[in-house]
Amino acid sequence: MDKRLRLALQAAGTVVAIGAIAIVPSVIELFGLMQLTLFAAMSVLALSLAFIWGYGGILSFGQTAFFGLGGYAYAIAAVNFQDSTPAILLAIAVPALFAAILGYFIFFGRISDVYLGVITLTVTLILFNSVNSTSGDAYKIGKALLGGFNGMPAVPTFNVPFDPSTVLSPEQSWWTTAYVLLGVFLLLRLLLALPAGRIIVAVRENEVRASLLGYDPRLVKCLTFILGGAIAGLAGALYVNWGAFVSPTIFSLSLSAEIIIWITVGGLGTLLGPIIGCVVIEYIVAYIGSQQLLNSNLVLGGVLVVFVLLLPKGIFPTVRDLVMRLIPDKKPKTNGRPVPSAAPHPAGAE
Amino acid sequence: MAIYVILALDVLNGISSLFLLCLGLAIIFGMMKIINLAHGEFIMLGAYATVISANAGVNIWVAMLVIAPVFVGLVGLVIERCLIRFLYGRLVDSMLATWGLSLLIIGIITTIYGNTQQGVPTPLGGFSIGSYQSSYYTLFLAVMAALMMAIIYGVMRYTRFGLVARATMQNPAMAATLGVNPARVYMSTFALGAAVTGLAGGLLAPVSGITPVMGGAYVAKAFMTVVGGGAAILSGTLSAASLFGSVNQIGAYFTTPVYGEVIVFTTAIVLIRLLPQGISGRFFKGNL
Repeated sequence: MDKRLRLALQAAGTVVAIGAIAIVPSVIELFGLMQLTLFAAMSVLALSLAFIWGYGGILSFGQTAFFGLGGYAYAIAAVNFQDSTPAILLAIAVPALFAAILGYFIFFGRISDVYLGVITLTVTLILFNSVNSTSGDAYKIGKALLGGFNGMPAVPTFNVPFDPSTVLSPEQSWWTTAYVLLGVFLLLRLLLALPAGRIIVAVRENEVRASLLGYDPRLVKCLTFILGGAIAGLAGALYVNWGAFVSPTIFSLSLSAEIIIWITVGGLGTLLGPIIGCVVIEYIVAYIGSQQLLNSNLVLGGVLVVFVLLLPKGIFPTVRDLVMRLIPDKKPKTNGRPVPSAAPHPAGAE
Repeated sequence: MAIYVILALDVLNGISSLFLLCLGLAIIFGMMKIINLAHGEFIMLGAYATVISANAGVNIWVAMLVIAPVFVGLVGLVIERCLIRFLYGRLVDSMLATWGLSLLIIGIITTIYGNTQQGVPTPLGGFSIGSYQSSYYTLFLAVMAALMMAIIYGVMRYTRFGLVARATMQNPAMAATLGVNPARVYMSTFALGAAVTGLAGGLLAPVSGITPVMGGAYVAKAFMTVVGGGAAILSGTLSAASLFGSVNQIGAYFTTPVYGEVIVFTTAIVLIRLLPQGISGRFFKGNL
């Protein structure tokens, strides 16, 4: 596909997405809408890891650390201010700051691979354990009681900016969540098309070569990690808005595992794939939860093993490659530029 | 005075159980550079094997010291043949696949035995020091840890299998040209690691609550200890287990068990930042 056709398709896709999000509440009943809102919030979380893992090459086993921090920052601020506007901003700023500290520690210490996995995993466990033990009246931030293992119930949900008396209805909540998802998606798409995004991918491909070209891989990775942390924090705020509730399970390892499963199933190195993976897997988990036949761990584990062994590229890239092969290529392939789909790791472009 | 003896026993207990828990993972990671995230579930399988056979009337010592390692070793063998052997050299994929495997095993055990806690009574009695109580089982665990260390050292250092395994670990291609089949070495090493892990699960069964999700509590600790210890199987694991085990128990003594864990995790992060190659990468280079 040539560049212009591609751009036109992407623009058309965006318009369709905007329209579809707008009309969904009028065609789906409330329960389905709530479920879709949850999927959209989780998809934002999926995008955060899809970006830092798929494009930045940083496999974080503890993306839920930022998700949970965002959720708790939102809940604490919302209880204290009784207004969601500063709370949402804090839910982005606190995890970003935490990611900056952690990222500085990790990347400027030249820690990579397994060690990065161990550190992100342990940080998540530290947060889980610490928040879990905050029950009792002694643990209070302003007016917000942390509540330990039981979490914080009755967190104020989103309101119209700077107008705490007007709380969003479920439909408006859906629109907010879904348009935030679309916005984050487009933002990342744009970033990856800019030189900055090319540098991020270059560092993933070859750190030595990128640094010989004058870029500092440590700084690039650190910034990528911070952006991922900020997006995960935003997802945390959206999640808390959905349930009006936050508890330490938001930091749990099983949720961390689920994010990785979404991306492996959907397709690493793409942005659309992880969203698809997230919705499909979450739908399956919700369906299994509603009946007694199978255990959700059994299915999730089986799916992950099968995908790693048999379909390591994931659903979206596999389907896209099949479609690309079916469309006859008008241009001869001898113009020196390889077809993007032929590359083993789809780089900056989808 | 008695309180210090008890604290020392607690530290000894912390170190020896951590060492037992990590040894199997260290063998697998040190030899093959495969991070087995289903390690916690191997422990869980060992514990279940012990509890179920003990409750079916088998002698507790047989269940613990024979049935658990043999059963988990066989499970490890099957898993290596069906899954792990496709993933050598693909570190991230091996982590993902074994994570999937861990969820799968949890799912299977939950489906069969349900989500309830099982247990066996702790064998051996207790003794008292001053006004404090302790159990002989603590001392037994320490003896078992020392024994396992001696056995693994003996096997790796003095037997033909150990020689071949170490050669394969250092240079698989060279070992293959000398007539060793690396695939077979990897297979038996993985099964050995699984069996050692199963034994750890069996030994810890009487002193822990046994549920299908119990592995989650161990896998992060084991993972952290093995990576903190570095590539040397015995000296690395022993030094990291000693460090983390004593930090954990002493931290728990002065604060609460939860903060003891938090302190140990923080220590691990600082350790990895200071010694990215692990303790043995710096101090016991080239040792076993």
